[in-house]
Amino acid sequence: MAFDAQAERNFKVVGTRVTRPDGIDKVTGKAAYGADVSAPGMLHGRILRSPHAHARIVSIDTSAAKALTGVKAVVTGTDLAQPEDEAFADVAINCLARDKVLYDGHAVAAVAATSKAIAKQAIRLIKVNYEKLPHVTDVDEAMKPDAPVVQEGRALETVPAGMSQNVTTHCQFGHGDLEAGFAKADKIIERSFKTAATHQGYIEPQACMASLGSDGRGEVWCCTQGQYMVRANCAAALGVEESQLRITASEIGGGFGGKTSTFIEPVALALSRKAGKPVKIVMTRDEVLKATGPTISTSMDIKIGMTKDGRITAARGELRYSGGAYPNATVDMGAQAAFAAYDLEAVETVGWNAMTNRPKEIPYRAPGAPTAIYAVESVVDELCQELGLDPLDVRLMNAARKGTRSSYGPTFNEIGLVATLEAAKAHPHYTAPLGPNQGRGLSCGFWFNFGGNTCVSLNINDDGTIGVVEGNPDIGGSRASISMMAAEELGVPYDKVRTVIADTSSLGFNDITDGSRVTFAVGLATIEAARAAIKEMCRRVAKIWDIDEEAVIWEDGCAKPAGPNAGTHPPMTLAEIAAIAGKTGGPIAGHHEVNADGAGVSFGVHLCDTEVDRETGAVKILRYTVFQDAGKAVHPDYVEGQMQGGAVQGIGWALNEEYIYGEDGRLQNAGFLDYRVPVASDLPPIETVILEIPNPGHPYGVRGVGETPIVPPLAAVSNAVSRAAGVRMTELPMSPPRLLKAMTG
Amino acid sequence: MVRVKLWGSLRALADGEEWVEVEASNFKELLDALAEKYPGLKPQIKRGVSLALDGVIYREAWFTKIGPENEVILMPYMVGG
Amino acid sequence: MKTIPVETTINGDSAEFLCHADESLLDVLRDRLGLTGAKEGCGTGDCGACSVMLNGRVVCSCLVLGVEAQGAEVETIEGMANGEELHPLQRIFLEEAALQCGVCTPGILVAAKALLEKNPDPTDTELRYWLAGNLCRCTGYDKIIKAVQTAAAEMRSA
Ligand code: FES
Ligand code: FES
Repeated sequence: MAFDAQAERNFKVVGTRVTRPDGIDKVTGKAAYGADVSAPGMLHGRILRSPHAHARIVSIDTSAAKALTGVKAVVTGTDLAQPEDEAFADVAINCLARDKVLYDGHAVAAVAATSKAIAKQAIRLIKVNYEKLPHVTDVDEAMKPDAPVVQEGRALETVPAGMSQNVTTHCQFGHGDLEAGFAKADKIIERSFKTAATHQGYIEPQACMASLGSDGRGEVWCCTQGQYMVRANCAAALGVEESQLRITASEIGGGFGGKTSTFIEPVALALSRKAGKPVKIVMTRDEVLKATGPTISTSMDIKIGMTKDGRITAARGELRYSGGAYPNATVDMGAQAAFAAYDLEAVETVGWNAMTNRPKEIPYRAPGAPTAIYAVESVVDELCQELGLDPLDVRLMNAARKGTRSSYGPTFNEIGLVATLEAAKAHPHYTAPLGPNQGRGLSCGFWFNFGGNTCVSLNINDDGTIGVVEGNPDIGGSRASISMMAAEELGVPYDKVRTVIADTSSLGFNDITDGSRVTFAVGLATIEAARAAIKEMCRRVAKIWDIDEEAVIWEDGCAKPAGPNAGTHPPMTLAEIAAIAGKTGGPIAGHHEVNADGAGVSFGVHLCDTEVDRETGAVKILRYTVFQDAGKAVHPDYVEGQMQGGAVQGIGWALNEEYIYGEDGRLQNAGFLDYRVPVASDLPPIETVILEIPNPGHPYGVRGVGETPIVPPLAAVSNAVSRAAGVRMTELPMSPPRLLKAMTG
Repeated sequence: MVRVKLWGSLRALADGEEWVEVEASNFKELLDALAEKYPGLKPQIKRGVSLALDGVIYREAWFTKIGPENEVILMPYMVGG
Repeated sequence: MKTIPVETTINGDSAEFLCHADESLLDVLRDRLGLTGAKEGCGTGDCGACSVMLNGRVVCSCLVLGVEAQGAEVETIEGMANGEELHPLQRIFLEEAALQCGVCTPGILVAAKALLEKNPDPTDTELRYWLAGNLCRCTGYDKIIKAVQTAAAEMRSA
């Protein structure tokens, strides 16, 4: 569905700052999140996890646990099905290991008991006999031909023969003659970078309550980014049919990609099936960090050539990502995104994924892009420094624009990068004075965005109010945005619309809430559903007036006669039409089902000022400004919120967050004390500048906004720190000891 | 005939070609024709691919019309957070 | 394990419960009293999602034992609004979009209210340090700080 033809649409609701519908429940403590429900007769589940990085499971003895009073069920890997599909099989094996444990924290068994305390006691009584295997947790080590093999036979056909079996993915993108390009450069810089794995860090740990009968019928309540994804994973892992599982998404306490997979729901269902009672499982923070989705860890080489006046002549990147103990394709996304901000004649990106004995990577906001773009933007910044050029002017000179052949293939349409860079250049932040030990960094960021499978059903109630039913959990105010778009299209006030999120049995399939798709795709389907309802209302009114359907138009929430033969009927409001729907043919509703495409890429630019403490290596963020093209900001508060939240997550990635593994392959910092996410006192205000360059692929011009903001901070902070410290930083996070070491040599 | 650009690592599976030409009027026909002409591409097509049509990325959408005037680029299946 | 009877006051009402000696106040509130507004983000005192008032002080209820509530006054998020009428902090958090997922919100509201009762006119820096024990992963804190300041100004002029 294309951008509406009307040249400048005068929005009435879209673009305003209305109050969200779930707000009162959330400020009064009433909102029900994953762990907030219980059921009569409910049991408490708890999971036993591997203490080893890599080991063969020789035997599991559960008899003592089973014998404990209050224990009602014990399950191990053999209680789950073995799905044929590789992706489903990986999820099942990750929920409960079968032959081998692949990382510290891998689940091996679970119990359900009448109290949390008994469940805790019972898992200690399970005796697992392990045969320890050599392990590998570093991506460069894992790629060596003689590295311990995490899983065998998982390499794709694109991986050249003779490499370690840990290497599962190989990809390559680009165009042009690199050699000729580098020959034209006045200055070439080649650098290697490393980034640590980080966690999405949502404050609400995964939690679910599940019940499954011996007839294969089940119910799950859980916090997830996609109830339909949970249904598919559970059906495959339990060997039951999807129609028999009803999954309800609770309010969700953050996800950022981390709740796009399943870890506990199949286990709770298996326990419930054995015990004949509902089972609740709530993960601890330690379990969340050890066993749910961190992002990739990386090692990267970047080489860029530039003329002395700032034109990039050629660029090459080699990315080595590890997504933990299972194959994944995140490096494909990183390799495509790496140079997306630039108009390049010659560019190549090569990507590899290698398995390591770490938890299974789960997408984290713009998966793959932040690290690759960090490395690229660091080298561009260093070239600017070496050649004495202004880093913003250099980005503008080389910026991708309409008609640029992107580094990943397609030619760009309308994109907002130049406008975003110009906004940054014109902002007072860019020219504000800096003091000693202070530095300013900047970085571009990019994300593809996409649409996906979406169903929306919209009901016109008999009192003239509107009910919208959609299937994507609301992470950051999407119910408000969806209600706004329905109100806009129908011409009714925002507070006449209520949007609810359906369980899997109440609405057709929806893809997960990911890739910044909800405002775009669900919004698009909502607009279409509203249009279908409007068409039906106009048809009914045409009958009442006894004129042609085409002679009735919809304007400001009313059906009106239009055209030469329509006559002079007074307009009928939506409420009037709704009140007599029973007499004119029955209830009125609109629905729309689509696999939406045309989401429109999104660019952002971040500016960051830092001050470094030469004695401790600590970094203070002094000022931070985010510029981003939102296409059309449906609810500006929540667009700003996405920009600010993403920026701060990126600042955490740049400065402190990191998975630290010991020699023994065990995670050493599985808690918020040592895995340090940014706190309020670490940060200045995060200023935001929203640009609106309409996306031609959406009727209101909307682009996804949620992913791009996490991309630029890594390099923006690193460039600022490198300039403040007078030494180029090439490893994340730039924790105080690491920075101190770099400064003192 | 439509011209399709393959990304680098697929080229080895398609006689080393960067641009390949096949007879197709929509994405489904394009994917079928590619799989037939270059059987080495079958596993990747089965895993999933995205297609960029004149700069707009489509994740599936078999029946999207394409013609010789379009820019068609094969891309890996996109995932997000 | 034996349970221990505890008599306490929660949000102004007297309450009695039985709990185990090692049970946290957070578990008691959530599992035994059905007050699920306080959340468990970590269970180790590092996230502040479980913040409640105990005898006028903000505490991480995951680090307090249920039995310590004996004879004490406990205030939770459930007691912050006066019937239909939201506390200014609650209302302004909504108006200024200071929450996204909202899971940190109960703890942040409890902590912010405690600060404003002691210091009705905090600087941004004081506020940021006061809230440093309350993690929010969604908002980047910017709108939270602004909303607390708006509420503080309104409460001062009331
Ligand atoms: S749950 Fe108490 S501080 Fe995190
Ligand atoms: S709003 Fe989600 S953690 Fe604060």
